[in-house]
Amino acid sequence: MDGDVSERVPASVDLKEQYESSGVREVLDELDRELIGLAPVKQRIRETAALLLVDRARREMGLAHETPTLHMSFTGNPGTGKTTVALKMAGLLHRLGYVRKGHLVSVTRDDLVGQYIGHTAPKTKEVLKKAMGGVLFIDEAYYLYKPDNERDYGQEAIEILLQVMENNRDDLVVIMAGYADRMDRFFAANPGFRSRIAHHIEFPDYTDEELGRISETMLEVQGYRFDEAGRAAMEEYIRLRRAQPHFANARSIRNALDRARLRQANRLFEGDGPVDAATLSTISEADIRPSRVFSGGLDIDGSRKRDEP
Amino acid sequence: MRITQGCFSFLPDLDDAQISAQVEYILSKEWAVGIEYTDEPHPRNTYWEMWGHPMFDLKDAKGVMMELEECRKAHGDSYIRINAFDSTRGWETVMMSFIVNRPAQEPSFRTWRQEVDGRSMRYTHELVAR
Repeated sequence: MDGDVSERVPASVDLKEQYESSGVREVLDELDRELIGLAPVKQRIRETAALLLVDRARREMGLAHETPTLHMSFTGNPGTGKTTVALKMAGLLHRLGYVRKGHLVSVTRDDLVGQYIGHTAPKTKEVLKKAMGGVLFIDEAYYLYKPDNERDYGQEAIEILLQVMENNRDDLVVIMAGYADRMDRFFAANPGFRSRIAHHIEFPDYTDEELGRISETMLEVQGYRFDEAGRAAMEEYIRLRRAQPHFANARSIRNALDRARLRQANRLFEGDGPVDAATLSTISEADIRPSRVFSGGLDIDGSRKRDEP
Repeated sequence: MRITQGCFSFLPDLDDAQISAQVEYILSKEWAVGIEYTDEPHPRNTYWEMWGHPMFDLKDAKGVMMELEECRKAHGDSYIRINAFDSTRGWETVMMSFIVNRPAQEPSFRTWRQEVDGRSMRYTHELVAR
C-alpha cells in the first residue's frame, strides 16, 4: 500500500532514547525489582536487550536485514525462576518489536507429542499456531527426545519444531528449559537445536540468604509476615531443606509456606479467645518447627526406611 | 462467472497481507476462525468442507495464514473461505465470511424455468462447469 513512499533512513539513532521509549528499561527495572538474586541471569538479559536494541537500530539504518536468531535455552534447577523470566523475556521481545503479540505459551512434552501414529503433527502444529506472534516455552524439553526408543513420536515433534524455528523466525521465539546436564545431552543428540539457539542462559541456585528474602516477599504478597523467631526458624528450615532430596529452590519455599499457613490456621483455631489482625497475619516459630524437615527430613520414596536395619 | 458471496466479494480479490489484516480484526473481536473449501459454490450450498478444526484461541493471524497456505496447497483449485464465528450468547453465529481463494476457471450457472399448476413458474439454478 505504501510501497511508493520512499523509506527514510535516519542519519543517527539515539540508543539511550530508544532504551527509554521502547519500554525496555521498564521491563529490565521490573525484572530487577521483582526477582531476587539471579544476578548472572539479569546480566545476560541486559546484554541480550542491548544486542537487540543495537540490532534494531542497525536495521532502521539499513545496515542489517536479517532477523537475528532469538531462540534461547534456559538451564537450571527447578524453582529457579525460568518460567517467570521467560514471561519477562516475552514482554521484552514484544517491546523491541521482535514478536508481534508478546504472549507466552508454556508447554511440555504432553502438549506436543501424540499418543498414536499421526497424532503428533496436528498436535504440535496446534500449539505452534497458538504461539505464533509470541514466545513458545518448552519446559523440560529433553523429554521430547527418547534415545532408547527410536519409534518414539517425540522425534516427529522435534522435526516440526526445527522446521518452524528456521522458517518462522519472524513469527515466534522458542525458549527451551530444563536441567543443565540433561539439556546438554539433549543438544548433543540434536545438533539441529544447538545451532538454532543463539542464547544460552544459566540459572544458578539461590543462596540461603536469597531464599530467606524470597520467603518474606512471598508472605508479604499474601499479607502475612514472620515474627522474629519465625524468621530464624525459616532460615534454619532453608538450610536443612537444601540438603534433602527433591529440593526445588523457590518452589520448595512456596510449598513450605503454604504448609506453614495451614499450621498457623489450625493453631489459631484451636487456641482460645479472640484473635487480632496482627495474630492472624503472623507466622511464628510454632508454624514452621513441626515440619518433617526438622525431624530428619522428607522420605518421599521410602528409601531411608528401607536402609534401616 | 465470478462468484460473489460473503464480504468483499465485489472488490478485487484480497491479497495475503489484506487477508492477514482481516484475520487480525477477527481475532481482535475474539471470534473463532474457520477455514472451509468447496468445489460447489451454489448459493444454496451452505455446507462447505471444513479444513481442520475451527481455531478458537489464536493470538496472531499467522496461525490462520499457515492453515490457509496448507489448504491452498491441497485444494488450490477450489473455493476457500474464512469464517469468523462469534460464540457470545445472543449472537452465536457467523459474523464474517469471505472468499480467499478461487479456482482458475470459475463455473457458471444455468437457470431452469418450469411451468407448473397452470401458469405458475418455478425456477432453479444449476451449476455448469466450463
